Amino acid sequence: MMTRTTTLLSLRGLTRRFGGLTAVDGIDLDLGQGELVGIIGPNGAGKTTLFNLVTGQDQPDAGEVRFDGQDITAFSPEKLAGHGIARTFQLGRVFGNLSVMDNVLIGAHARLSAVRPAIPVMGPLLELGLALLRPSSVKAEEEQLREEVRVILKRFGERLLPRLDQPAYSLSYANRRRVEIARALALKPRLLLLDEPTAGMNPTETAEMQALISELKDEGLTILLIEHKLDMVMRLSDRVMVMDEGKMIAEGPGEEVRNDPKVIEAYLGHGLSQGAGKAPEQVA
Amino acid sequence: MSSWLDYTINGLIVGNVYALVAVGLALIFGVSRLINFAQGSIYLVGAYVGWVAVVQLRTPLIITVVLVATVAALVGLIIERFGLRPLQNSVRIAPLLATIGISFVLDQIVMLIFSPNPRALPSQLPDVRFQVGTGTIGPLDLLIAGVGITSALLLFLFLRYTKLGWAVRATAQDRDAAMQMGVDVNRVNQAVFGIAAALGGISGMLVGMYYNQIDTAMSLQATLKGVVAEVVGGAGNVPGAVIGSMLLGLVESYGVAAFGTSYRNLFAFLLLILVLVLRPNGLFASARQAPPEPLTGTFIAPSRPVRIPRWALVTAVGAFALLPLLPVSTYVLQTLINAWLLGMLALSLTLVAGTLGQVSLGHAALLAIGAYTSALLSLGLSFPVGIAIICGGLMSAALGTLLISPSFRLRGHYVSIATLAIGEIVSLVILNWESVTNGPIGISGIPPLSLFGYDLYDAASVYWFSFAVMVLLALLQTRLLGSHLGRSFRAIRDDDVAARAYGLSLNRYKALAFIFGGFAAGVSGGIAAHLYSYINHETFNTQQSILALTVVILGGLGNVAGAILGSVALVGLPEAFRIAAEYRILIYGIVLLLLVRFRPQGLLGTI
Repeated sequence: MMTRTTTLLSLRGLTRRFGGLTAVDGIDLDLGQGELVGIIGPNGAGKTTLFNLVTGQDQPDAGEVRFDGQDITAFSPEKLAGHGIARTFQLGRVFGNLSVMDNVLIGAHARLSAVRPAIPVMGPLLELGLALLRPSSVKAEEEQLREEVRVILKRFGERLLPRLDQPAYSLSYANRRRVEIARALALKPRLLLLDEPTAGMNPTETAEMQALISELKDEGLTILLIEHKLDMVMRLSDRVMVMDEGKMIAEGPGEEVRNDPKVIEAYLGHGLSQGAGKAPEQVA
Repeated sequence: MSSWLDYTINGLIVGNVYALVAVGLALIFGVSRLINFAQGSIYLVGAYVGWVAVVQLRTPLIITVVLVATVAALVGLIIERFGLRPLQNSVRIAPLLATIGISFVLDQIVMLIFSPNPRALPSQLPDVRFQVGTGTIGPLDLLIAGVGITSALLLFLFLRYTKLGWAVRATAQDRDAAMQMGVDVNRVNQAVFGIAAALGGISGMLVGMYYNQIDTAMSLQATLKGVVAEVVGGAGNVPGAVIGSMLLGLVESYGVAAFGTSYRNLFAFLLLILVLVLRPNGLFASARQAPPEPLTGTFIAPSRPVRIPRWALVTAVGAFALLPLLPVSTYVLQTLINAWLLGMLALSLTLVAGTLGQVSLGHAALLAIGAYTSALLSLGLSFPVGIAIICGGLMSAALGTLLISPSFRLRGHYVSIATLAIGEIVSLVILNWESVTNGPIGISGIPPLSLFGYDLYDAASVYWFSFAVMVLLALLQTRLLGSHLGRSFRAIRDDDVAARAYGLSLNRYKALAFIFGGFAAGVSGGIAAHLYSYINHETFNTQQSILALTVVILGGLGNVAGAILGSVALVGLPEAFRIAAEYRILIYGIVLLLLVRFRPQGLLGTI
């Protein structure tokens, strides 16, 4: 396909083995600025492992990850957050005992000015001092971030705003997923990785989430999306990448991929024998 | 003359004894992902049952062994049924705290029945030595080797060829799958705890015979050694535990040969820290493996803290500040001074264990560092006491954080083990570094507390001083919790993977929490040193670490007001009811167990 924009993320030969199993097997992918690529594939295809490799939760055995031209392959997750890479987790990982506000504020952590000085020993001590003394600049920054959090939460209508001070453990499953996405947005990400953002959501909630992701895309955010709800992936994605047994078996515009015999075989071959839940679903 | 062969034989024999403890720990970890801190207490029970059998009942050896194994197994079954099974579905911190509580209760019961004085435990075997090459070997060595090998063989046959053994292995591999296949996990747990306890009890008896001496301090040492061996071999890995034990035995034996007996434990704990840092999954794990503990799941119980109105807090602080003006006895003031000193330690621990989720069992080491620094500065360099105490706090913050930093990459139980070992290392260094610390003699004649040149001799001024310092530290900590750091600490506690994904460096924030907490603990130790005027390597011991932990759980993890309330309650109530000192630790242990079971969020709730 034609290169409309600059490449933001590029993966080359990315490979991760667990014992005898190759969970991610030589994946190549280029993601352009502002592009949304959907990743589909049967369960166990290696999609989440691929996310872990990109975001530093796991290290590849071979291959390379480049972000904005820089080799970020061996970077730690905390460093990648500083580069503007945000992700959500497949099983939903909110901070259970933190309020909704605090959860989302953690998303903005990498942007705090108190955190930034990278001087060894003195940097952290300075951070401790700033936290205790709290000069007006620190207070103003905190206030501004809190306001930002409210703006982000407005995207979810009345779902989260009334629950600002409630601990995350008391939220519904769908609301926890929303908190996760809000937390990711608070990072002001340059690249957003969403791992099954609508898992466990009912059709109304799914439609809301789809509208939100579409809105983010329109605002120019670059997104990698893992999703089982095929209909949603087809509507949102500029391109779709299909994984099976760690390999990329197809890539291209949605309609093209959908009719690819290899894709149909992967889904039917694995999907039918493992139960209907794993086959691609059509969302009304 | 002793030869290297003698040291090798000694190392292997001691290794055999450790193996009996470590194998039990490995079995338990395998099926329930739990490090049983009570294993050493069962070992202690075994030693004393052996003493009763040999000295009072005069049973023949074989009957002694059977009796010890039976009683120890029964204790193990009781622990499993009443201590741990009710906690199966609770948060991860609960069983960890429960086994710590159980170990204290058991140790205290043994101490109350038999007194803490050492006793001789004769081996009933003929006292001959056989020449083997350049070394010698005695019948007891052969007995220990025989018991070790026989137990290993029986265990192997049990796991391999019996249905229950299959169930144990299946549960260890995948608990949920085993349950779905109809394995009765409760029966598996029972079997494993029974076997582990029987082996642990026999080990205690054999060690007692080997050194012809038993005492109640054996328990903690055994737990530590067993855990070291198990972690070296890879948690949950039964053959690994045996090899780890032999390795530990040899390292200790050669270490003693080269440097002397007082260094024995130092080598054991250094080995542990080395393995935890370099290969946290054990020597025999493949280099890249899934982390040893599940990544998801909440560590502490979710709860909403009790909101205490500001006026109530101000009133309480005012009332306690005015207390010395009322006609109260010196005894009441002294009791409360102890509460304030414990309160500072609890503030420190509630930040580290509660807010950050790193359950430290070596917190008394921070007291010791502060106390020694302050005492030595005021004695040797004639620092004013106030400055010396602050320096003590700073030294605790710096040195304590540096020492604990190897544990920053660990999770859950491993943090507790590492901090326990680091605490022991500090106390061993104090004991052995005689040129600075006076070794076992301790430091005496430490100048009394003074402020701006005025000595604080009377109870009222010491009371005001310690109360003011504690309130100041509490206010600072409250301020810290309200900042972005408080939020960051709690996020790391709740889910460190997600926290890292959002830019929180675990090393940085764990270090900051330990620096802040280390300062409070060091100041507490410094004040204590000037108050007692004499300190030695045993002044600040593991019992204080456990007491502080009980205070923290009682008040509510991370809860500043709760830490102070807990300190007043645990120091004050035993005094109020005139409970004898030897029963207090027993009561602390029971309080800890009851809290974990019935009110895990403590009195004022987790923050």
